Amino acid sequence: MDYSTKISTQVASVPRSGIRDFFELVQGREDVISLGVGEPDFTTPWHIREAAIYSLEKGQTSYTSNLGLVKLRKLISGYVSDFFKVDYSADTDVLVSVGVSEAIDLALRALINPGDEVIFHEPCYVSYSPSIVMAHGVAVPVATTKQDGFVLKAGALEKVITPKSRVLMLNFPTNPTGAIAPREDLEEIAALCIKHDLIVLTDEIYSELIYDEEPHTSIASLPGMKERCILLHGFSKAFAMTGFRLGYACGPAPLVDAMMKIHQYSMLCAPMTSQVAAIEALQNGAKAVAEMKESYHQRRDYMVRRLQEMGIDCHLPGGAFYVFPDIRKFGMTSKDFAMRLLEATNVAAVPGDAFGDSGEGFLRCCYATSMEQIVEAMNRMEKFVISL
Amino acid sequence: MAIDPLLKLLAQKARYTHQELADLLSLNEAEVAAKMADYEANGTILGYQTMVNPELAGNTNVSAFIEVKLTPERDGGFDRVAMRIAKFDQVDACYLMSGGYDLNVVVTGADLLEVARFVSEKLSTIGGVISTATHFKLKTYKKNGLLFSVEEPEGRLSVAP
Repeated sequence: MDYSTKISTQVASVPRSGIRDFFELVQGREDVISLGVGEPDFTTPWHIREAAIYSLEKGQTSYTSNLGLVKLRKLISGYVSDFFKVDYSADTDVLVSVGVSEAIDLALRALINPGDEVIFHEPCYVSYSPSIVMAHGVAVPVATTKQDGFVLKAGALEKVITPKSRVLMLNFPTNPTGAIAPREDLEEIAALCIKHDLIVLTDEIYSELIYDEEPHTSIASLPGMKERCILLHGFSKAFAMTGFRLGYACGPAPLVDAMMKIHQYSMLCAPMTSQVAAIEALQNGAKAVAEMKESYHQRRDYMVRRLQEMGIDCHLPGGAFYVFPDIRKFGMTSKDFAMRLLEATNVAAVPGDAFGDSGEGFLRCCYATSMEQIVEAMNRMEKFVISL
Repeated sequence: MAIDPLLKLLAQKARYTHQELADLLSLNEAEVAAKMADYEANGTILGYQTMVNPELAGNTNVSAFIEVKLTPERDGGFDRVAMRIAKFDQVDACYLMSGGYDLNVVVTGADLLEVARFVSEKLSTIGGVISTATHFKLKTYKKNGLLFSVEEPEGRLSVAP
């Protein structure tokens, strides 16, 4: 049977993830130092794991409300109010999802009619474009530049807005660049969104992990924006809970309700064990988050300094746990550089083009790995760069 | 008052080299060395020890936690007697406690008899000591924040989005 004729056009049109290709190359090798992992190197804090274990011992193994446990939604509402300065009703405005990834899919499917355009800034997380396409939307990337610190500029955004533009996706701090958006830029973007009646999906998954300028500003907190924003957040990064797969969406009740329609028929609810763990994380996790953040901060400063000392141009990423060095001066594509680095030194870093065309010429180096590994990786990279 | 990140790092791992500490804290080696020398001189840093699992090291010493009741003194309360007890080589740790007794003294010896002799001949005969209750330690699960068994979690993926 020719299975290619059996697969939907939408799915067939989505290319394989560049990360996946690189992962398979790295998988076969021994003793690789990987700077290619997009998750914390910390294990989930024990008190959170213990709460999950206890919930299993108590037999909390059922479905929950589609929106998520009431207690968790109340805690999320309180946390978002404190941290992002936006108030959402725990009853109607909060949906607990299986990671932010599910929430993005729900939001896009809930908002997009076929042919609607969804704008997002690149380089960006690998799922944005495919998620838009699989929701029958048209992906409209806007390149950001190193000169602008990989921040989306209103001028660049306005150029791609058309009558078909419906949604803008933002992710600050950004995976893979670590960029954070200054309040002034967000204000200009917000004005455009109001002018052109765009809904904003703001993926805030790295928002606790910012190192220089605090507090974090979410576009949802700007005047007039709450009514047109869906704020997406979760527990994977700040609380080191990637494997729990738990996220949430906060937004105007009619939009959350539309997302809930899809969620209730596809996922039903997020796993109860993970929801109980998230309750513990929000109630007692702040200290662990602060400790992990301090450690990331030290490692970021070290990696950026070493890269700069070896003559690799590198902006200072304000958040997340990625450094995005510029390797254009070596006259190689990102893929070639990453491949040669891997072959010569057994250090793995993800080629920037995996995060969109505008990532070409860069590498994503994750510093959520032990300091010993980072030191060794930088030593090897330095030798490699000298040899070029 | 915020604790100096240098002290936090050293408390986690005393074997960090000056260079490693300098890297982590964005200082230079000389600055790290100078700060550490200051902390050593003013007693903030008391020492650098290695945590050894005695079972794996073949150490068969025994330890006891001893509850000691004391008569407080007019000047200085428990301090003079507590320090007198703490200075014995056999004493690993000595804490002033709230609750049903006054000092918690951790004593280590080659065997049960040696600890018992120390308690009966030295500790309980010190002026001011009213009574002692000795509890022998059977097994250590965790000490100074370190677990005594190694748990290897499932490895992370080598590349992930």
